[in-house]
Amino acid sequence: MKLVLQPSGTSRLRLIPQIFAVFCKIGPSTFGGGYAMIATIEKEIVDRKGWMDKSEMGDMISVAGSAPGGVAVNAAAFIGYRLGGVIGALAAVTGITLPTLVVVLLLSLTYALFKDNPKVEAALKGVHAAVVALILVAAWKMARSSLFDVATYTLAAAALAILLFTNLHSIWLILGGPAIGAAVVAIRRLKRPDVRTEPGTQELDSSAMMPEYYI
Amino acid sequence: MLWELFVLFFKVGCMAFGGGYAVMSLIQREVDHKGWMGAERFQEIGSLAGMAPGSIATNSATLIGYQQAGMPGALIATTGIILPSMLLVVLLAAFFVKLQHSLGVRSAFYGLRPIVTALIVYAAIHFGFGGRAEAGGLLGWQTLGMLLICAGCLLAIVKYKWHPFAVILISAAAGIVIF
Repeated sequence: MKLVLQPSGTSRLRLIPQIFAVFCKIGPSTFGGGYAMIATIEKEIVDRKGWMDKSEMGDMISVAGSAPGGVAVNAAAFIGYRLGGVIGALAAVTGITLPTLVVVLLLSLTYALFKDNPKVEAALKGVHAAVVALILVAAWKMARSSLFDVATYTLAAAALAILLFTNLHSIWLILGGPAIGAAVVAIRRLKRPDVRTEPGTQELDSSAMMPEYYI
Repeated sequence: MLWELFVLFFKVGCMAFGGGYAVMSLIQREVDHKGWMGAERFQEIGSLAGMAPGSIATNSATLIGYQQAGMPGALIATTGIILPSMLLVVLLAAFFVKLQHSLGVRSAFYGLRPIVTALIVYAAIHFGFGGRAEAGGLLGWQTLGMLLICAGCLLAIVKYKWHPFAVILISAAAGIVIF
């Protein structure tokens, strides 16, 4: 395969505005994200438009989930690229980002207008607590799909301790984690060839296998 | 300023494994370091970002960009945080889809996922309690109220499977009652 910079032929070029429009429509529904959002994308791209088949969606989910960044934007980039090259990816990412960008700016401007009202300030404190809860739920879901043996529990506990009690920049953890992971797997493979790198499927339902990167 | 915003959020975007939540504490650290805003203002921005659809980190980037340099700042910061993942996904989509299932990549993620878990837990602690100790209110009514709402939200999401947006709206109402 080669990197496609421009869609070839007029049919793909004509697809670009459509790609933009579809992701613009999906954008606002990324509230609550994660698995629900993937379902929305699947319905729109596979069922309604027939642009991709289910097995390509599987590739898409595994790439979108493991690259850095939010799953929604990554999914848009992947699908946009497959449909219309780099220009398609740009159209899809712009489409999915633009509505949320407008919403968040409007929210913030509205807040700025009423921020001196003590009731508005109190309401935002309530929202703050809710966002903390959403982050905790994301952490719990991530933990379910990543912690399943001594090494992974130890690694998570050590990383949390380092974050809480030292001033180490998190880039070192992000680089160190994979290095340790690779080392642990390599050492275990000396003893046993079939090493698990993911939680066993029997322990989890299928939705939990998809780490909640996004919510 | 625009270049500075772009570079900062491009770097954040490169590290955003596990999506938005994992880099919230990194963003908080960086904007504090640059003297752009304190913990309280960051918590305001994070709360507004959490209320909108989309990734909380991307939305925070938009708002921080807007605060620092108006509309161009918002656009530049958003582009900066999205660009790394977009580039990587396009490259992966073009060349390396099969790479995902190689043992090397799987064992790297085996080590990376626990780190991301720790980063998200830390983000919750940092975002929830950052700046409270200095303000002298770690055990005050404010903190208690926050913990109460937070616990209620956890119950509503995990046990009763409420939609996150409903939880946020009710928390806003609870905030008015409590604070």
